[in-house]
Amino acid sequence: MTLVGWLQIGLILGLVALTARPLGLYMARVFSGERTLLSPLLGSTERIFYWLAGVEPDHEQGWLAYTSSMLVFSATGFASLYAILRLQAYLPFNPRHFANIPPDLAFNTAISFLTNTNWQAYSGETSMSNFTQMAGLTVHNFLSAATGVALAIAVTRAFARHNAATLGNFWVDITRATLYVFLPFSLLIAVTFIATGVPQTLAGSVDAVTLEGARQVIALGPVASQEAIKQFGTNGGGFFNANAAHPFENPNALANLLQIWALLAVPFGLLVTFGKMVGSEKQGWALFKIAGLVLVGAVVIVYAAESFGNPLLTHLGLDPSGGNMEGKETRFGIALSSLYAVATTATSCGGVNAMMDSFAPLGGLVPMFLMQLGLITPGGVGSGLYGLIVFAIITVFIGGLMVGRTPEFLGKKIESREVKLAILAVLILPLAILGFSAVAAVLPSALASLGNNGPHGLSEILYAYTSAAGNNGSAFAGLNANTPWWNVTTGIAMVLGRFGYVVPVMAMAGSIAAKKKVQASLGTLPTDGGLFVGLMIGVILIVGGLQFLPALALGPMVEHFLMLAGKTF
Amino acid sequence: MSRKSESRHQLSLFDPAIMRTAAIDAVKKLSPHALAANPVIFVTETVAALVTFLWLRSLWLGRGDSPSFSGQIALWLWFTVLFANFAEAVAEGRGKARAATLRASRSDTLAKRLVDPEGRSHLDRVYSTVSARQLRVGDVVLVEAGDLIPSDGDIIDGMASVNESAITGESAPVIREAGGDRCAVTGGTTVLSDWIKVRISAQPGNTFIDRMIALVEGAERQKTPNELALSVLLVGLTLMFLIAVVTLWSFATYSHTTVSVTVLVSLLVTLIPTTIGGLLSAIGIAGMDRLVRFNVLATSGRAVEAAGDVDTLLLDKTGTITFGNRMASEFIALPGVELRKLAEVALISSLADETPEGRSIIALAKTDYGIAEPDLTAKSPVVIPFAAQTRLSGIDIGESRLRKGAVDSVLKFVGLPADQVAPEFRQSVDRISRMGGTPLAVAVDHSLLGLIYLKDVVKPGIKERFAALRAMGIKTVMITGDNPLTAAAIATEAGVDDFLAEATPEDKLNFIRKEQTGGRLVAMCGDGTNDAPALAQADVGVAMQTGTQAAREAGNMVDLDSDPTKLIEVVEIGKQLLMTRGSLTTFSIANDVAKYFAILPALFLATYPELGALNVMRLSSPQSAILSAVIFNAVIIVLLIPLALSGVSYRPVGAAALLRRNLLIYGLGGLIAPFVGIKVIDLVVTALHLS
Repeated sequence: MTLVGWLQIGLILGLVALTARPLGLYMARVFSGERTLLSPLLGSTERIFYWLAGVEPDHEQGWLAYTSSMLVFSATGFASLYAILRLQAYLPFNPRHFANIPPDLAFNTAISFLTNTNWQAYSGETSMSNFTQMAGLTVHNFLSAATGVALAIAVTRAFARHNAATLGNFWVDITRATLYVFLPFSLLIAVTFIATGVPQTLAGSVDAVTLEGARQVIALGPVASQEAIKQFGTNGGGFFNANAAHPFENPNALANLLQIWALLAVPFGLLVTFGKMVGSEKQGWALFKIAGLVLVGAVVIVYAAESFGNPLLTHLGLDPSGGNMEGKETRFGIALSSLYAVATTATSCGGVNAMMDSFAPLGGLVPMFLMQLGLITPGGVGSGLYGLIVFAIITVFIGGLMVGRTPEFLGKKIESREVKLAILAVLILPLAILGFSAVAAVLPSALASLGNNGPHGLSEILYAYTSAAGNNGSAFAGLNANTPWWNVTTGIAMVLGRFGYVVPVMAMAGSIAAKKKVQASLGTLPTDGGLFVGLMIGVILIVGGLQFLPALALGPMVEHFLMLAGKTF
Repeated sequence: MSRKSESRHQLSLFDPAIMRTAAIDAVKKLSPHALAANPVIFVTETVAALVTFLWLRSLWLGRGDSPSFSGQIALWLWFTVLFANFAEAVAEGRGKARAATLRASRSDTLAKRLVDPEGRSHLDRVYSTVSARQLRVGDVVLVEAGDLIPSDGDIIDGMASVNESAITGESAPVIREAGGDRCAVTGGTTVLSDWIKVRISAQPGNTFIDRMIALVEGAERQKTPNELALSVLLVGLTLMFLIAVVTLWSFATYSHTTVSVTVLVSLLVTLIPTTIGGLLSAIGIAGMDRLVRFNVLATSGRAVEAAGDVDTLLLDKTGTITFGNRMASEFIALPGVELRKLAEVALISSLADETPEGRSIIALAKTDYGIAEPDLTAKSPVVIPFAAQTRLSGIDIGESRLRKGAVDSVLKFVGLPADQVAPEFRQSVDRISRMGGTPLAVAVDHSLLGLIYLKDVVKPGIKERFAALRAMGIKTVMITGDNPLTAAAIATEAGVDDFLAEATPEDKLNFIRKEQTGGRLVAMCGDGTNDAPALAQADVGVAMQTGTQAAREAGNMVDLDSDPTKLIEVVEIGKQLLMTRGSLTTFSIANDVAKYFAILPALFLATYPELGALNVMRLSSPQSAILSAVIFNAVIIVLLIPLALSGVSYRPVGAAALLRRNLLIYGLGGLIAPFVGIKVIDLVVTALHLS
């Protein structure tokens, strides 16, 4: 670990903290229907969309109607994206004449982009046409992000309102999220990326002759535009297989800084939005601290683990001061690779600028654990916020009792129904992650995809389902995920992680919105102080994380101890 | 909290008789049907049965773990279930004992049913003797001295002193009379003197005592809303760990490790929240029981929980905040009048006054002014009793007429026009009124001597209690029939947050509604029929046992001691119940961390000796580690029974301070305690060569 490394990490995280408030307050205005700077520019466009779709913007929906709209919207999105993938050979903008995508991969990819997971069992530059990338994948980068934000806003409204039957209008919320948040910022970010050297072209590739005289096909395409929303919408689906480690996606330190900022900006900003909309900015900052502290703690561990290097290699005469540079880009170094790895798994981004498979065991354990916590520190755009709220409810339930009152969060009594729905949501992750991993760990056809055996192989399996169910999409690599078994099961895990999680959460929001608001007094558990921050981190780690410990013990943990003992496998 | 009412007719927490019954009940409760209501313990029992089967199999077929190991695990798993059952049985024990006492008083009594209920004359008391069970609502019975009142009802004629100790435990008799707010009588109590005619108001089997028996026995016990919610959380955690343990088998297979079923289920049972799962219902029952020990009966557990949530307390001024009677606190002489003279006249004029106010005047004159009580028998004094028309009372001794009474009346008596009164006198009258007191003027013949300051005396210590309530975030509101000026003065002195002056029953009801609309929970107590709507509207309505039937049915709690101050204790008991639940849940969940550190390295030590690094407790062997964790898991339930039953200690401080304290004790303590406990058990297990 170096001072420069820490300064780089501090600079980027500081930037995120600095922009969270303005961005968060801006989003609060957008979703409250107030005028913003962009209203004169986009107001008429917004109204035209509503007119075209026959949406009455003032007509609000109850939780069931809101959720149904979301499901219908997602199902339509799935069908259209699946069709594009299956038919890309017949569609325009396919300069390199890529074939249609096979059914299992198309299913997996469509689900993946629909759920904001962006798990990529394919290699973009060798299988997806420009049309697919732009009209299919990039479109869903926007829509899946907007859907997440809309859902989070609906849940936020449940706490802001009392005795309310409605949570807002889904169509209005996704329109606003796309028009006012994701499009304008992505435009700015894309232009900045282009300035740092990221290509933006409709050309398929250029041919080059290398110094050795070999012919090399260098893939190109509309990279910058996809890269912008990939980060800003915490999608993570790269244009190239190497993702943000590829020099065209992430050419230099400035681009890298922007990448990390962009993927953290909205998830952290939304916490401020939440506070603002429920009438207690302090509450938003408390959630901010919870997510921030876990994130910083994770960065410290990963950075330390990676800097420590590999004693096995030291034994062979390698200078340990260089740390573990395997799978990392020299232009980013250990500090920024560690920060990227944590940021991308603490959110649902899942893009990578270094190969996780090559991280030290603990360096790989932490990202996996962050995802298993439910991607809530601060999580994906929107999904992170409502995930945090679920944990806040569980924390309040336990903590509230300890102060001698039946629990309440932001004036809303937390009763049996809310606890039931929160627990139902929280159960989805262990079920999907551990359930599928357990089957895969003993299924020969699944095991055939592993790049390693022993504990590291188990880590690969666990990581794949964790990433899918958490809607993260990052890959541990080393696993050939493009087989029918992996395509179908990770696809199902992604659906469970997104919709299996959010439907109970929305039902919970509906029941919370209908409750009256209880006045806070000195006897009420303060949910915006340091004590609550600590308690909630404890609950997240123990309730959200402990159940994964046995599996992790057999994967990365044992790997770590084997490495320390100087053993290989 | 006052120990006064608690000490009465109570069995100790661990009475040997209760313990014996509880031990037997614990075994009876093993029936899966009985355990189905408690999912966590039900899972434990299922697992215990499974391990017992595995033990038998290893015993006969020699397969699997060593019989000694699986046998011990099975044994401790059964103990876990038994300990949880025992906790519940102990909690129920005291209630059952009390129910038995109550049943005795319910034994079939004979009733004198009047043939002609409308007969008003004493001579018309013709009755037929019937069994109490045959009485129906509307029947009128005669109850005479020495009779047991056969059922609940209202007195329609007569007056009697009644011993209500069967219900309240208080042996001092109370007066019950027809009309007014003291007309209700309860079946099972005894008339000591005189006679009454009672119109029966309860069907047989549904009397107050019947309901009381059902309540203290816990026969009708249903999970309260919060208990239900917590159960859901516990089921969720159980499922979560079930997933973790079941899938572990597959991961172990992948890692070429064989993990025996016994070991896997040991991990499961130690991880699922057995501690709180085993103690949850005991905590609830004990909370209700604590109320019963304070002589308060809650008709539902929901009411006890609501008590913990109360934000606003409505308290009647008289009897709760102030003593029921005004007391003389000062004599104020007119200029030129000797203070001793005033005190002496005040004393003499009050000699025949048997009211508490009159006696307080005598007491003040004697103690503070050293006036001796003169012997007037020789002077043949004539007592002038208080009359509503004159609003005066006093005494005539020979020619001199001594009087005390309302200021205006006394002025009229001395024949002094209001504008000729000394200004000092006027000022004193105003001052006393402002301070919430009542001025009484004193005169002899035609000369005005001065004033007696009758003070509404605020109970000592009540201000501190209100301050404590404020720190807990509870607002106190004083209800009084006084005018706003007087009410404000007493409110300030007592330190209440708000007051409702010149309050009518409708005002009370509206005030409660207003508070509830503002998102606050309200508690109040009352006894009169006109309190009934407000009692029903309040979230916690405590009716006085001495109150009317209507009031007792409207409230969701009945205070058998009829002490309105108890509302404060009721709130504290509600809070304590919830705190105990939360603290033990936190403790239970925090325990899991240490259990992982005990069992995980033990599970895979054979395949990956490197995982021994996680064995931070340095437990001697894998088997002893697992056994120790299972033993700790069982024993901790027993160790926590006293805490579950008596409740975690409660202090009236704000929520933030409470959270800090409980988090430190039960959160941090819950993290650390099992590390120590498991290590100690491991040392014992190793020393005894149990593994």
